[in-house]
Amino acid sequence: MRREERKIFTEVDPDAMRDLFRRKSKKLENKLMSVKNAVNSMIHDGDYIAIGGFGSIRIPTAALHEIVRQGKKNLGLSGHTSTHDCQILAAGRCFNRCDIAYVIGLEAMGIPKMTRKYFESDAVEYTEWTNASMSWRLKAAAMGLSFLPVRTMLGTDTGRFSAAMEIKCPFTGRKYYAVPALCPDVAVIHVHEADIYGNSHINGIIVSDVDLAKASKRVIITAERLVDTDFFRNNPANTTIPFYLVDAVIEVPYGSYPGNMAYEYYLDVKHLSDWLDAEKDEKSYKAFINKYIYGCRDFNEYLNLNGGLEKMKRLRDLEYLIKTDKEETRNA
Amino acid sequence: MLKYNSMELMISVASRFLEDGVSVSVGTGAPCTAAMLAQKLHAPNLLIIFEAGGIAPLLPSMPISVGDSRTMYKAYQTTSMAEIMEALQRGMVDYCFLGGAQIDMYGNLNSTMIGTEYDSPKVRFPGSGGANDFGSLAWKTIIVTPQNVRRFVPKVDFVTTPGYLTGPGAREKAGLPPGTGPYKVITNLAVFGYDQDTGRMVIESIHPEVKLDEVKKNTGFKLLIKDEVLVTEPPTDEELKILREDVDPLKLIIGREAK
Repeated sequence: MRREERKIFTEVDPDAMRDLFRRKSKKLENKLMSVKNAVNSMIHDGDYIAIGGFGSIRIPTAALHEIVRQGKKNLGLSGHTSTHDCQILAAGRCFNRCDIAYVIGLEAMGIPKMTRKYFESDAVEYTEWTNASMSWRLKAAAMGLSFLPVRTMLGTDTGRFSAAMEIKCPFTGRKYYAVPALCPDVAVIHVHEADIYGNSHINGIIVSDVDLAKASKRVIITAERLVDTDFFRNNPANTTIPFYLVDAVIEVPYGSYPGNMAYEYYLDVKHLSDWLDAEKDEKSYKAFINKYIYGCRDFNEYLNLNGGLEKMKRLRDLEYLIKTDKEETRNA
Repeated sequence: MLKYNSMELMISVASRFLEDGVSVSVGTGAPCTAAMLAQKLHAPNLLIIFEAGGIAPLLPSMPISVGDSRTMYKAYQTTSMAEIMEALQRGMVDYCFLGGAQIDMYGNLNSTMIGTEYDSPKVRFPGSGGANDFGSLAWKTIIVTPQNVRRFVPKVDFVTTPGYLTGPGAREKAGLPPGTGPYKVITNLAVFGYDQDTGRMVIESIHPEVKLDEVKKNTGFKLLIKDEVLVTEPPTDEELKILREDVDPLKLIIGREAK
């Protein structure tokens, strides 16, 4: 099978990363910031960014909207199951290159038309991957290596249009794909709890976020709530991501809305469906994006526009499968 | 006997392939519905694995995402995607369920793009997600899909996920783990298996009231046909009752007719 020359969009060389990590401060210091400030000072046009969570699950929505509002351009995007996060960044036409494992679609909910159009246009250059290979690319970087051997993608067009290279195992002679390390410029990860130093706790599935935090040059954490540092000191097992990997901490309650936050609140299926519907033509799409992103000064305005605390209460009931009598709760 | 639609039939048939005590990785939609039905009926110890990190949940309702809270409900573990994929690579996952926009006679699946030029697709789809990883590394791949000539094509535009590639031995030659590959294809018309000598799709049973001609007419390649073609066992009343009352009471999946 003929191999295609496909691009690798990030640093791969572990020694370049070692040099950078050597210079990164390991000081225990207050890293609290505003969303505006963090996006402004840490995400630059042209940077390659990776979003934590799983597309519509535990995503840093406040930061994503802010990236669009600040008009960031020419970003690279890790499409490692990038669904609603991808949809938000596509609305701002923020990225021009993407590693694709899974993008555009909202899984069972369907495919947003305008986001798809963005990918079908010449505006975005991409390289093909899979969820496993993207996880392992981050893991290679997290291990301080330039690649990992894997047994997936072999024999397929997915492999052919990836930037993986076939190698032979020196011990068994087996054929593997070598997948290159993925070292994003910036990772933005939403967590359940964080302290002012950046120690972070995630409840439920981790997806790739521990490796992502280790692999990235800069890490921005948004957290449902700030906690005293003793939350970690008294039980070090609470530390999913340690402070020395983190550059900025922002407290954003309901920060994954309209996405799901395990043990906190469920997806707002209604709002996500409305967004999907709005993408049916240019006019309704533009109006929707103007209303919900550009028309909001900050994330709090977006929450209030969508029903504020009352809505959050209902999404919490849904999360905990609490049955109330009200019809509206069931349809939330 | 209760009446049923094609989706209920496909899900019931799919669920019967999952024995108690095996492991299965599923996505949202019909595959998840089939696994839930199996878990509530004949396979209470079915080990359901979600690629985003949920292990062995007792699904209370249909997840919307393979990473949402439902996939963590009463789970034994919530972990990383790499850990799930590494379990697949170690050979610990018996079954996976897949679908796609196109499938060929070797069971190769396309969920990436329609068109002839990768860089200028006529239609762009989400991409592999975990599909290629499941199809490469799970022991047995079960494909659940509606059947028509647009889907059952002589050649897929893009091999997202490997079936038997170009025939017997091709997977092994490419470096994929031996002994893996497509196992069954379940559609709204029939159930297919794979011929060991050729790696090609073969009719195993045709659904009640479906004619062989109809199956052929909705297939864009030559199907292998066994001497004796069976009739698919329709959904039992018990299967339908559990499916409608416990698994999918809001009819999110079973409300859709497969065409």
